[in-house]
Amino acid sequence: MFNIERWQEIFETLKKNKLRTILTGISVASGIFILVVLLGFSSGIQNGVTEQFSGDATNEISVRTRRTTKSYKGLNPNRRIQLKNEDFENVSSTYDDYLEFRSANYSIWSGQIVYKNETGNFSVQGVHPDFQYIENSSILQGRFINQADLNDARKVIVIGTKVKSEMFKGKNPIDEMVSIFGINFKVVGVYSDPGGEREEDNVYIPITAAQVAFNGGDRIRNMQFTVPMQKSLAKSVEVSNLLLESIERDLKQKYIIAPDDRAAIRVSNTLEEAQKIYSLIDIIKAVFWFVGIGTIIAGVVGVGNIMIIIVKERTKEIGIRKALGAVPMSIVGMILQEAIFVTMFSGLFGLILGLGLLELVGPTIDNDYIKYPQVDFNTALYTVFLLVAAGSLAGFVPAYRAAKIKPIIALRDE
Amino acid sequence: MIQIKDLHKSYHMGSNSLHVLKGINFDVKEGELVSIMGSSGSGKSTLLNILGMLDEADSGSYVLDGVPIKNLNEKIAAQYRNKFLGFIFQSFNLINYKSALDNVAMPLFYQGMKRKERVERAEHYLEKVGLADWSHHLPSELSGGQKQRVAVARALASDPKVLLADEPTGALDSVTSHEVMDLIQGINDEGKTILIVTHENDIAQMTKRIVQLKDGVIIDDSPVKQVRAKEYV
Repeated sequence: MFNIERWQEIFETLKKNKLRTILTGISVASGIFILVVLLGFSSGIQNGVTEQFSGDATNEISVRTRRTTKSYKGLNPNRRIQLKNEDFENVSSTYDDYLEFRSANYSIWSGQIVYKNETGNFSVQGVHPDFQYIENSSILQGRFINQADLNDARKVIVIGTKVKSEMFKGKNPIDEMVSIFGINFKVVGVYSDPGGEREEDNVYIPITAAQVAFNGGDRIRNMQFTVPMQKSLAKSVEVSNLLLESIERDLKQKYIIAPDDRAAIRVSNTLEEAQKIYSLIDIIKAVFWFVGIGTIIAGVVGVGNIMIIIVKERTKEIGIRKALGAVPMSIVGMILQEAIFVTMFSGLFGLILGLGLLELVGPTIDNDYIKYPQVDFNTALYTVFLLVAAGSLAGFVPAYRAAKIKPIIALRDE
Repeated sequence: MIQIKDLHKSYHMGSNSLHVLKGINFDVKEGELVSIMGSSGSGKSTLLNILGMLDEADSGSYVLDGVPIKNLNEKIAAQYRNKFLGFIFQSFNLINYKSALDNVAMPLFYQGMKRKERVERAEHYLEKVGLADWSHHLPSELSGGQKQRVAVARALASDPKVLLADEPTGALDSVTSHEVMDLIQGINDEGKTILIVTHENDIAQMTKRIVQLKDGVIIDDSPVKQVRAKEYV
């Protein structure tokens, strides 16, 4: 391998056949290039989707109600199921050990908010203090709603950055008064949400205040809980699924809903969705590897093919070399080394090109689902190993053929 | 130098078997210049291939410089060829993308000689065949006679015991044929053992001994009065 004479021989033969060498090289280089780019984008998709999901706590269980669709125990269908404060308290206390954050929600989808001369329509949500963590909101100014606000039903409000910029035009909103349907609330905080603008045009007030101010009584619209992550994703899914079933059963029993009525009470679990997405990413990854490796195989077969032609063309030369004293191993080495060299060199070229493209184009990609496409060191290492293996594979058949050439036949005058 | 006893060789093609060599006995002493003659199909090329270890006999013994040549695997055959033999072919068989110098140095490469020494040796032999000025030319830039002289230099480069020439003048006109024969005679004068396969009588007359082959047996083996090729040049 490290015989300098052998390398000189190889460079000489490659130089004699520039076009052929270049064309062969391109087929391998494009294979590796495509593989690297595909792998880069699959990691980009993974990053993007993971970030999308980090918008909300990923292990979230939410409970919503609608109308019943089935008659059950003498009750008619189309009954409206309304959750109450006590439902939230029941779930909270029954499953206290399994829950991390919890919040009920009483909201007005479009509440008219007035600050001095500015008015705007925003979604007004009455929530519990834990809601901040369920939504993964971060507080930029002031504070979120706290337990004291809730207990005393204080008229305080936390606004999103979008609301701040639209209503306050750069002024400090803290301690300013805004009115919602004529009722005054004091701004105590500004939040931003990693989920983006869509989730930043909400305003939050204590649920107790919302129920009082907007005639809610003890009604709640939905409730949300988070379940602490277990050691493994599968375990977490299992725990939250058990919780989900159990909560659903309790509520159905209480409101006398048919066990198979799927519409009346919907208990959903984002973790399961997340797991689906993650397994989808795994599938995408596998498909990309498959396509990439397929492309490389095409390239390798190309190299092998060319090497077979080279051996055929050089039959006479190989015969001469053998007559002059070349042992079969040196012929095998010559062909194999040439094949490995061509695949390695052009493969590394494709690798660098692919990495370069990802480096260059990656940061400019502005898509919610693709972020920072890149190939990590290990993957690059795998592809290099793949190249060596591919090169040897490509060289093996032709080298074996070359070794089998009999000088007496090769030298026979046509 | 070469002792051959009762050499048999037959080729099998399907159900047919062709008995090519039917018991060849002959010895070559060191320093001899022998021509092997015969019409096509007489078995002269087969004999040369066996002598050149490119082919193996079915039975009989072949001793080259005291070394019995039998049961060779490819690797040992290659090493023996490199050490003992120099080949000269009718169609020169130079490697066409290598310069004259690199062609001559090729057997030395397979001996594992260092590049510097190889180049020195190769230059020496190219000078010997009168092509020192052509050392960096490709075979395609040389005339037929020059190519064959490069081939002679290559055959000599590894300093073999025996030179085997298969119709060395077969592809050359008579003037260059005589030049090449003159070169071969000169090498023989220095003591090298040389075997030439030819079907041209005037070439055979330039050797010291003619072996006549017919239908796989030697029908005549007699010394001749050597005609010097110089007389024609």
